[in-house]
Amino acid sequence: MKYLDEFRDPAAAKALVDSIRRSATRTWTIMEVCGGQTHSIIRNGIDQLLDGAVEFIHGPGCPVCVTPLEMIDQALEIAARDDVIFCSFGDMLRVPGSTRDLFSVRARGGDVRVVYSPLDATRIAADNPDKQVVFFGVGFETTAPANAMSVLHAQRLGLTNFSMLVSHVLVPPAMTAILSSPTNRVQGFLAAGHVCSVMGTSEYQPLVDRFGVPIVVTGFEPLDLLEGVRQVVGLLESGRAELRNAYPRAVCDTGNVVAQQALGEVFVVTDRQWRGIGMIPRSGWTLSPRYAEFDAALKFGVGNLRVQESEQCHAGEVLQGLIKPNQCPAFGTSCTPRTPLGATMVSSEGACAAYYQFRRLESASRV
Amino acid sequence: MSEGLPNPAEWVCPLPLRETKRIVLGHGGGGILSEELIENLFLPAFGTAGGPSRDSAVLENPGGRIALTTDSYVVNPLFFPGGTIGDLAVNGTVNDLACSGAQPLGLTAGFILEEGLELEVLGAIAHAMGRAAAEAGVGIVTGDTKVVGRGGADGLFINTAGMGVIPEGVRIGPELARPGDHVIVSGNIGEHGVAIMSVREGIDFGTTVTTDSAPLNLLVAAMLAAAGEPNVVHALRDPTRGGLIAATVEIARTAGVGVELDEAAIPIPETVASACGFLGLDPMQVANEGKMVAFVDPAHSEAVLAAMRSRPDGADAAIIGRAVDEHPGMVVVRTPFGTTRVVERELGEQLPRIC
Repeated sequence: MKYLDEFRDPAAAKALVDSIRRSATRTWTIMEVCGGQTHSIIRNGIDQLLDGAVEFIHGPGCPVCVTPLEMIDQALEIAARDDVIFCSFGDMLRVPGSTRDLFSVRARGGDVRVVYSPLDATRIAADNPDKQVVFFGVGFETTAPANAMSVLHAQRLGLTNFSMLVSHVLVPPAMTAILSSPTNRVQGFLAAGHVCSVMGTSEYQPLVDRFGVPIVVTGFEPLDLLEGVRQVVGLLESGRAELRNAYPRAVCDTGNVVAQQALGEVFVVTDRQWRGIGMIPRSGWTLSPRYAEFDAALKFGVGNLRVQESEQCHAGEVLQGLIKPNQCPAFGTSCTPRTPLGATMVSSEGACAAYYQFRRLESASRV
Repeated sequence: MSEGLPNPAEWVCPLPLRETKRIVLGHGGGGILSEELIENLFLPAFGTAGGPSRDSAVLENPGGRIALTTDSYVVNPLFFPGGTIGDLAVNGTVNDLACSGAQPLGLTAGFILEEGLELEVLGAIAHAMGRAAAEAGVGIVTGDTKVVGRGGADGLFINTAGMGVIPEGVRIGPELARPGDHVIVSGNIGEHGVAIMSVREGIDFGTTVTTDSAPLNLLVAAMLAAAGEPNVVHALRDPTRGGLIAATVEIARTAGVGVELDEAAIPIPETVASACGFLGLDPMQVANEGKMVAFVDPAHSEAVLAAMRSRPDGADAAIIGRAVDEHPGMVVVRTPFGTTRVVERELGEQLPRIC
């Protein structure tokens, strides 16, 4: 399995760590945007390897974590209906809404199914013409193309019983919001490789220019992450703000043009609530009016649900990198994976869950 | 799902077909249909002589302490690459006995059949049970059949219970693991879970991963023989649901020891690593059905390991870590990069990640 082992080689990792440590004259604060990167950093202990040279701030790039509470409640309301088969990626099932999650809807008789692709949902729709099949279309630019394709596919098949509850979010507006915040501490970014494999890299140059911050696109394996960090630290040390691509095996400057065409056809940019952060202008995609017939929020009339977040949950500060998960008063006490107050404690990509899962030894030895 | 499906050419149903090729409610009614099902389908499949019909099996006690276990099998699909729910039901119970160091004396088989289940399917599963029991050297000595209406079960559910005898002087239990023990796993992990997932979710990984389902009582007997003296093998656990992590965490908790696993030493086949990478799952949390995790006295671990490796069912065995005094009840994985992370059991099922 060359494409895995090559990028997990301990000797090469050590060489990169040594190189970063040699060049770092101070501790640099770097945000990895993507939740998959957060997971890999914590799982492999890359933050331990670079302790003192780099402080990682874990960004808002976990789709499960930032999907707003009202969207979860809309999903729960739709999924509980007798005439609905509700399809979702697995890790949305445990995300707490205001009063319950999708697992408990299923336990009460709701037909909630885990799928691996939105095209599975269109197949289920074709196989069950007497049911309404709803797919929960969440995620960043990474998952959006397949979701757009499934809408186009449903239209081609003439499916009238397929719809999508869309809560897509976009990376560059979130980075803009973080960099614009008066409390921002981020000095350099690791941009999410899979987002860029779809969208290309050109969206990030304006951020580099406007905020004077280096951005390096990178992947998810330990060596990808370390090479990305090496380049960010090199740019920071030499005082240069540049955009670099450290993930050329997956990302080209133009991105996936065919995917972008599908996205432009099916979705339009919209303002979007981010769970724990709040409203970010023009930070999401929703279905274009041309595809309104596939909009589950319209079809089931749930678009107006408004709800309150738990006041105990500091997920917003975690997602903005203002506090570490284990600095939250609720961490590991009233908020655990079993009783999550916020979504960051649910997904394995969520910063709080990653800390709870892998870093309890550290917390335990501190107390 | 061609691999595990019953091949009618290999299996000929000896049951007089009467009106139906499917299970009807009457097969569970205790009348002639029930008797025919037992006499013509189950007994030949299990390789058990007809013998006098009675309500309980009677076993000779060869001496030693008795181990007793039960497990229910509700796996979907019924057939998967390399196995069926039938051999799983036999091997699982044999292995639960083996975790106490016991050799099986006899198994029971309870069936809950859904009305409409094809007899051909039931026959293939019963034959798989008979073959697995023969491999483990144990008889399926008594059983029970109930039929529920259509929709009341997912094809069929099987419960097996097993009784085994623990050789004189052998004491094995999760509470007996000690700091210093070497942790041995008997082979490649993650294969069963990936085999099931590939069929259940219809995901083609480009190559077929087959289940590792196998009885481990003879492997355990070889380990105990190689140990040379009693109380060398301290704890055994078959890492089924929850995988390697659940098995080690449970022993760490029960014994009150810490465990350190060396990630680079854990045998994970490329196909499993690749499939799990694709789905966002952790191979160490994926189910196995033919593997054993052992906590062994470090002075004898090489001898035990050599005995395991000399057998096909332990050929890929490896020492993957050790029990320590620090962080009691906690399992820590040392990564190939020299860093550490704490691992914990999943709350429920592992959930595939979004992206």
